[in-house]
Amino acid sequence: MQPKPFRNPDGIINAVIRICGYSSILFVTLIFLFLMGEGLPALRVASLKELFGTTWYPNEAYYGILPLIFGSVLVTMGAMLVALPFGIATAVFISEVAPRWAKEFLKSLVEILAGIPSVVLGFIGILVVVPALRRLFDLPTGLTGFTGALLLGLIAIPTVVSIAEDALNTVPVSYRHASLALGATHWQTIWGVTVPAARSGILTALMLGVGRALGETMAVMMVTGNAPVMPGGLDALFQPVRTMTATIASEMGEVASGSAHYQVLFFIGVLLFLVSLLINVAASTVIFQRRGRSERVLS
Amino acid sequence: MRSQRLLSPRQIQTAGFNLLRAVSLITVAPIVLMVIYIIINGLPALSLEFLFAYPADGMRAGGILPAIVGTLLLTIGTAVFAVPLGIAAGIYIAEYAPANRWTLLIHVAIINLAGIPSVVYGLFGLGLFVIFLRFGTSILAASLTLAIMTLPVIISTTEEALRSVPYAFRTVGLSLGATQWQTIRRVILPEAMPGILTGVILGLNRAAGETAPILFTGAAFFLPRLPHSPFDATMALPYHIFVISTQVPGMPPQIQYGTVLVLLIFVLGMNLAATVVRSRARARRQW
Repeated sequence: MQPKPFRNPDGIINAVIRICGYSSILFVTLIFLFLMGEGLPALRVASLKELFGTTWYPNEAYYGILPLIFGSVLVTMGAMLVALPFGIATAVFISEVAPRWAKEFLKSLVEILAGIPSVVLGFIGILVVVPALRRLFDLPTGLTGFTGALLLGLIAIPTVVSIAEDALNTVPVSYRHASLALGATHWQTIWGVTVPAARSGILTALMLGVGRALGETMAVMMVTGNAPVMPGGLDALFQPVRTMTATIASEMGEVASGSAHYQVLFFIGVLLFLVSLLINVAASTVIFQRRGRSERVLS
Repeated sequence: MRSQRLLSPRQIQTAGFNLLRAVSLITVAPIVLMVIYIIINGLPALSLEFLFAYPADGMRAGGILPAIVGTLLLTIGTAVFAVPLGIAAGIYIAEYAPANRWTLLIHVAIINLAGIPSVVYGLFGLGLFVIFLRFGTSILAASLTLAIMTLPVIISTTEEALRSVPYAFRTVGLSLGATQWQTIRRVILPEAMPGILTGVILGLNRAAGETAPILFTGAAFFLPRLPHSPFDATMALPYHIFVISTQVPGMPPQIQYGTVLVLLIFVLGMNLAATVVRSRARARRQW
């Protein structure tokens, strides 16, 4: 029998909870709409060709964002060259090799790192890393893409470690036992069986690490020297660069709302939003696929 | 064949394990060194005057009271908006949501919220709260921006904490005649509370340390008084650190390190609180 409305004391609370449940869809939509609303008019002040030009000099209405994209890509790639080997090795050590106390110790340190605000890392970057690198490589300035990549690598490590470790933990223990029973050593089992079985999870770690590094703002802004120039050659890593995020953060405070410069900065925000959307949807697809497969295997 | 190998598999394993050990140590060493370095350099600056006085001499002297109070206010403001909404959303997903496309869409939305760069949240907050809703550069606008950024953390941890409560708890509640909400409120939520609390603390922790989202929504460069209303801008520790390490020439290093140490104590203290809540709940758990 259908319960009458006044009989159900949960009616209101259930409705409230349902609305809250859908709030995240509302917020993503709002964010998208506001970014597009403020950013798309940029196409009226500059053509797509101009927007993807090679000169960023907003004072003279040069809105070429290619140098900024280049800066972001360069620093992110450098960061992943740091974060991937160190992060995955640490995850393998934590998950497969370390005794219990070392496991807890390393995990809590990585958790601490994840909790340290990026502005603090940027501060350490300016006061310690920048002067050290200038002396080490005999550079005119230590504020370079390389410095940013090093710090970003450190920032991306907690993401990489925790996701890669999760992936390794979900590999069924029977896989390892089978390999060990066949006479393989632990070391051979790790690299021949466990890590390959977790490869989709490790791919997720890579993607979300890239997302984390690409979106990072303060630390990069503080240590990369903020020079929006196109690279001359391979030594670009050791010259000042500027990322998309840093450009928004350092220039938005000075522009009049609704001006062309303001709209172009929002346009960069639209690009960042779309890239992070792409990365996260792709990463979650990988996760869902992995779930599907392990369910098939275990059933 | 075997005798021709340079090293036996056993030796390779020993070498490999040692390599992993070394790499793991190199990975975590900067964290330990950094924290120790900040403590050593910042500790001499900490005094009651530093914590409770206003900045003086263009921020080169005096204390950092407005920044400390500002960060506290922003964290509280974030909690006011994000905690109820996030927990309710987590309850919906874990307890109510049917397995259909809409629920999948909610999951995708949460994953995307978690991945959006913090500076993009800043742009969004500027567009929606500061300009469109006319809140101005204010504590309110900054708190709302930080709250939306914190939401995915709170939702996911709440969902996870609720799902870890055994299914039998629900059937028992319902079989005793309780409604679904009564069961959740009286049985499931209390069991899941430590997990939810851990997520809330970690989420707020992240909000407290963020700079980019408040840059154009509520942070003031220099404001030698405490804010009077939610519509005032405020100084905040993370932005203050950015200012005194890049924008003000001739800053005494002691004040810089002292400010960083205060933020670090704030953030690591919350981290520690989360760990304590989690481990105490684990020790007490009987199922």
